[in-house]
Amino acid sequence: MTTVKEENMEAAGAQLVVVKGGSGKPLLIFHDELGYTGWMTWNEELALDRALLIPLQPGFGKTPRLNWVRNYRDLGGYYSQVVRELKLDPVDAIGFSAGAFIAAEMLAADPRIFSHLVLVGPMGIKPEDGEIFDVFPLSIRSHLLATMANPEETPEFGKIYGGEMTTEQFEAFEDARTETSRLGWEPYMHDPSLPHLLRGIKTPTLLVRGTKDRIVPQGCIDAYRKALAGAQAASIDGAGHRPEIERPLEFVKIVNQFLAA
Amino acid sequence: MLIGYFTERPYRSVPEDEVFKNRSFFGLSNKFFDPVKGSADYRYYIEEYRYAEELGFDLVALNEHHGNPFCLGSVMNVEASVLAYATKRVRIVLIGNPLPVLKHPLRMAEELAEIDLISQGRLVTGWVRGAGSEQFFNNANPAYNRELFNEAHDFIVQAWTKPGPWRYEGEHFHYRHVNPWALPYQKPHPPIWIPGVLSPETVRWCAEHRYPYIGLGTELGPTCDLWDIYADEAVKHGYQAGTENFGYLLPTVVAETDEKAQELAENFIFGGGQNAFALPEYAMPSGYNSKTAIRMLAKQPTGAWLGVSGDNLKRLSKDEERGGKVDYSEVKKKLAAGLRRIEGRLQLIAGSPKTVLEKVKVILRVLRPGVFIMFNVQGAASNEERMGNMRMFAQEVMPGLREYGKQIGLLDAFQKTPGSVKLEAGTKRASVNEREPLYELGLYKRPEQRAQA
Repeated sequence: MTTVKEENMEAAGAQLVVVKGGSGKPLLIFHDELGYTGWMTWNEELALDRALLIPLQPGFGKTPRLNWVRNYRDLGGYYSQVVRELKLDPVDAIGFSAGAFIAAEMLAADPRIFSHLVLVGPMGIKPEDGEIFDVFPLSIRSHLLATMANPEETPEFGKIYGGEMTTEQFEAFEDARTETSRLGWEPYMHDPSLPHLLRGIKTPTLLVRGTKDRIVPQGCIDAYRKALAGAQAASIDGAGHRPEIERPLEFVKIVNQFLAA
Repeated sequence: MLIGYFTERPYRSVPEDEVFKNRSFFGLSNKFFDPVKGSADYRYYIEEYRYAEELGFDLVALNEHHGNPFCLGSVMNVEASVLAYATKRVRIVLIGNPLPVLKHPLRMAEELAEIDLISQGRLVTGWVRGAGSEQFFNNANPAYNRELFNEAHDFIVQAWTKPGPWRYEGEHFHYRHVNPWALPYQKPHPPIWIPGVLSPETVRWCAEHRYPYIGLGTELGPTCDLWDIYADEAVKHGYQAGTENFGYLLPTVVAETDEKAQELAENFIFGGGQNAFALPEYAMPSGYNSKTAIRMLAKQPTGAWLGVSGDNLKRLSKDEERGGKVDYSEVKKKLAAGLRRIEGRLQLIAGSPKTVLEKVKVILRVLRPGVFIMFNVQGAASNEERMGNMRMFAQEVMPGLREYGKQIGLLDAFQKTPGSVKLEAGTKRASVNEREPLYELGLYKRPEQRAQA
């Protein structure tokens, strides 16, 4: 079992909590709008030969909110400063959902910041067809259930969210949802200029989506592929919005193949 | 002491079954809106407020909600403008304009100044943060709700008081040319009262600004707690809070007999009543409430306002149960039982004039508000039923309340300027409420009993 630790660091002029686990070439992870779930199977598998770095998003409870950050582009700017300051660039990275939005903004601003980029169920671009599901008028429980195709048959869903919700969990979710609302309320979880800024970028990019994703429609993948002409795409059959938790081994295999290429 | 009149102005032709099916008023399709019936309601409510003036109420209060048959006041300032001309004496109290969702404070400053001018200085303007559902309806980012509220408030007061033209570059609002030509009739500006449903942050903010706080039918125990928070904050700002700093609004039903009043009071649970205002997920948008407020609301049992109650908070995690078959007759029975519980806690008072007078006197004794506002029934009650309630309250309850208010020294914000009683640093403040009747009535346990338990 990998030793996982939380490190509180000063980065880019602010305090940042980063979860670290594994050893090898760094792999930067941007968690989704619900926050870091804890160390899961997919983390363990990827950490076999990679050093995972998971910054905990400012405003999500552990890392203090950055008031000057008002949208995902600002947040991408902050994280880019962190990457440069830590001399990680170019770095391999994975972004999930809103975390993919952050990573895409970083890519648009500096194509050389990533050596490989995996965008999983990516928000950030208005879909060609359909809509990014509005997660704000939902209870926490409904939101969590909507993220998975089949929560009852997802063992790790129970591990993360099983049992009665504690006050601490409730507050952590509220923190995450508040900060997500602050950055992504309008336009809802996308930036109209992002696809234009991504045009012509050649950084190897993989787009991953579960075929039963109810949060991010296929139209988002189509829009990303249009913006990033060279991007590859992979579908994970039967998975919802969190293929890394719903189909961890398949997910890791796809990611490892891409990163090794 | 001031006695006021308030109604939510419900759209009375809404099919109740459809509200039940939707599990809330907010979100019900506007395909159920009939413009002819809607027009009749709007015109009737103007007449109803005029009738309140005729009956001797001191003020008429208006509020605003969006996309909701529970309240037709989606643009309250329009109704206030009509009343500014259609009434002659009553103060027009707005409780209140939802600043964070309106997004244009300069326009708001202009609208309110016009109302104050047309009414010749009878406007009392209040601000609210807007119910949770208003954030969705108006696409107002709930995570900035408090910031937007504070900035819009500060800007409006400046727009009324600082000679223009001037430029404004704020955090959320930006104006090149601030110079509203029509300024308020009242100087320096219309009085500001703030209504609320138990947010300690709002109460502290009110105390800091010396604005009276109007409790909206909130449970008496937590309301006393809130009054204490206000008074403690007032001490920090060097003054003693008093009756002039507080107001209370209460669902009130008067009829010839207790039984008839109970029957009329059932209109408060039409379609599910206050707790069906909006589903919890619309009532509590992310970032709308501080952690402190969430914890405080969670302590409150049923009967809170606008869908935000302890029960509904717990239901936040059970809403996936929605969609199954519901037996509405059972739902109505439960609602009726809930109504009795709310009455038991004195959050709604219904009865003969004698019953209502005695119960409201208890509330006046406990909360010591300088302003008491009667809230007329919801639902589909007829014009006659609604006006009958108003008439009986005005003729048979109001005189007794005025007398009692005088006897226990309830002064309103016009009789005594809020914040005018200076308090030296280190001086112990006087009490602003009296909890004894709550213990006597068995509504709450005394602190020593709670400690023993």
